[in-house]
Amino acid sequence: MLDYQEEAIDLNLLKDKARQLRLDILEMTTKAGSGHPSSSFSAVEILTALYFGGILRYRPDEPWWPERDRFIMSKGHAAPLLYAVLANAGYFPREELWRLRTLGSPVQGHPIQGLLPGVEATTGSLGQGLSVGIGHVLGSRLNNLDYRVYVLLGDGECEAGQVWEAAMAAAHFKADQLTAILDYNKYQETGPISREMGLEPLAEKWRSFGWSVSEVDGHDIAAIHHSLQAVPAVTGKPSMLIAHTVKGKGVTFVEADYTFHGRALTPEQAAKAREEILCT
Amino acid sequence: MHIGEKAGLKLGKAMRDVFGEALLAVCQANPRVVVLDGDLSNSTKTEYVRKTLPERFFNIGIAESNLVGIGAGLAGCGLIPWITSFSSFLLCNAYDQIRLAVAISNINAKILGSHGGITLGKDGPTQMGIEDLALMGGLPTMVILVPCDEASLRAAVKAATDYVGPVFLRSSRVPMPQIYPEERCPFEIGKANVVRQGDDLTIVACGLMVGMALDAAAELVEQGITARVLDLHTLRPMDTAALIAAARETGAIVTAEEHLLQGGMGSNIARIVTEACPVPMRFIGLVDTYVESADPYELLEKYHLTAKDIAAAAVEVLAAKRKTADVVPAQA
Repeated sequence: MLDYQEEAIDLNLLKDKARQLRLDILEMTTKAGSGHPSSSFSAVEILTALYFGGILRYRPDEPWWPERDRFIMSKGHAAPLLYAVLANAGYFPREELWRLRTLGSPVQGHPIQGLLPGVEATTGSLGQGLSVGIGHVLGSRLNNLDYRVYVLLGDGECEAGQVWEAAMAAAHFKADQLTAILDYNKYQETGPISREMGLEPLAEKWRSFGWSVSEVDGHDIAAIHHSLQAVPAVTGKPSMLIAHTVKGKGVTFVEADYTFHGRALTPEQAAKAREEILCT
Repeated sequence: MHIGEKAGLKLGKAMRDVFGEALLAVCQANPRVVVLDGDLSNSTKTEYVRKTLPERFFNIGIAESNLVGIGAGLAGCGLIPWITSFSSFLLCNAYDQIRLAVAISNINAKILGSHGGITLGKDGPTQMGIEDLALMGGLPTMVILVPCDEASLRAAVKAATDYVGPVFLRSSRVPMPQIYPEERCPFEIGKANVVRQGDDLTIVACGLMVGMALDAAAELVEQGITARVLDLHTLRPMDTAALIAAARETGAIVTAEEHLLQGGMGSNIARIVTEACPVPMRFIGLVDTYVESADPYELLEKYHLTAKDIAAAAVEVLAAKRKTADVVPAQA
């Protein structure tokens, strides 16, 4: 079992990181003219705590270090966020970010395994990342390595049957090295989750599948950090952290309009958004 | 009369038993090989690994999507997963997972589709994989292997494991005739084997139909026709050179597969032959149909997948070849 010491975190530094990630996501997607900025914004604080708060153990200069902790972006449309995090963590030069969705670039519309260091899985068809995460847990046992596996799930994604196949299997295999974080921003492509395909009672569903479940404000970096340090809460059980988030978080007019799901901001909108991000 | 009898071949043992033994052998030879099962280890015979090396065997249950995803994760740890189930269930349930997590990711994972074709027989069309080769054909990075006998199945399991990248291997349930000697099976991925020489036409076949093709060739000899038989055990990468040579040297081709003609082996051969050296062709396979529960041999008979059907197609294609030769005088 890994033993994480509760560490003091520099909250201001992490808030700066989060701000930088939002600015990068904004610039990448507006420059590309497409992408999913609002789905990326909602998980910024989650990944900030994970990557820059000392939770995830990784070596950007040795990206496939066998003992690295794994992070799998199951909600692949939040690729801009993943790329921004990896670039800011030092996996590849920041200049690569501005080539998002362009010919010959490894920075694909959705993450493709094998093209960029730090990208652990190909995702974009929703529902697949948690299964891959279980594979990494079973692999750690066969390879006698001690690492943790983190998977970021979308909420709409939990409508997919494979997520529940994986949920059942993770409990069966007592995968307590596995932590799923659910970016519960309450919206899917065509509207509010509760209207389109309700998920509630979500925490109870995961509990009944044999997971240890906790909930957190998904924009409170300190709270997320604290929750992630507390896993596994129960030996022998996989952990689920339901992070309550706001789709488009950080830009008021994006928060107010879920149709930004698969749409980039225009340069004019981006300028306005940039001002707001810099002021917070 | 069993498959291969006319050609003087003996029947081997059940292919699933051979697969189970071959898989255990590669597991014992390479500690990085792991086996994933969709709760069919007693049918696919991956149970041999389960019994002997339980720590490297995982039953993921009746959840093919998850089965493939977990396999992909294990490959990400530097292990070599064999993801196994019936061809029909695995490919049709988890095609998207195979596409994303295996093919687009181009990972080092192996997929067994067992019980391919119609010869699982009595369990009926819901369990039959008659579209598996077309589905795998739709995945550009996927190597596709369809061995035709005991020795080539053993060799294919080893070759697939040694190859770095995604591989699909199709096996069938019924025993197949022994075409290759056990210890000397020349199995090289992407290299077709001429298993019988002949000049009048070429029969290109894979899997079970190679034995059928040899029976057909034996039958044709009685009519004074010599048929070359090509064992096309690898459908991707396809041995273009062997196919073009067959077209150039014999001037007529019959293809035979235990699969739908749409998107299967024959249609891909037709594309290659048409571009490089067009010759008359005939195609043996299932024509836009599902089949029913019955004894395997009865099904092969009813759906025209027998040596007799191949031989009839050969006579037909030969007539077309001679007609073409009459119309277009051969260049000196």
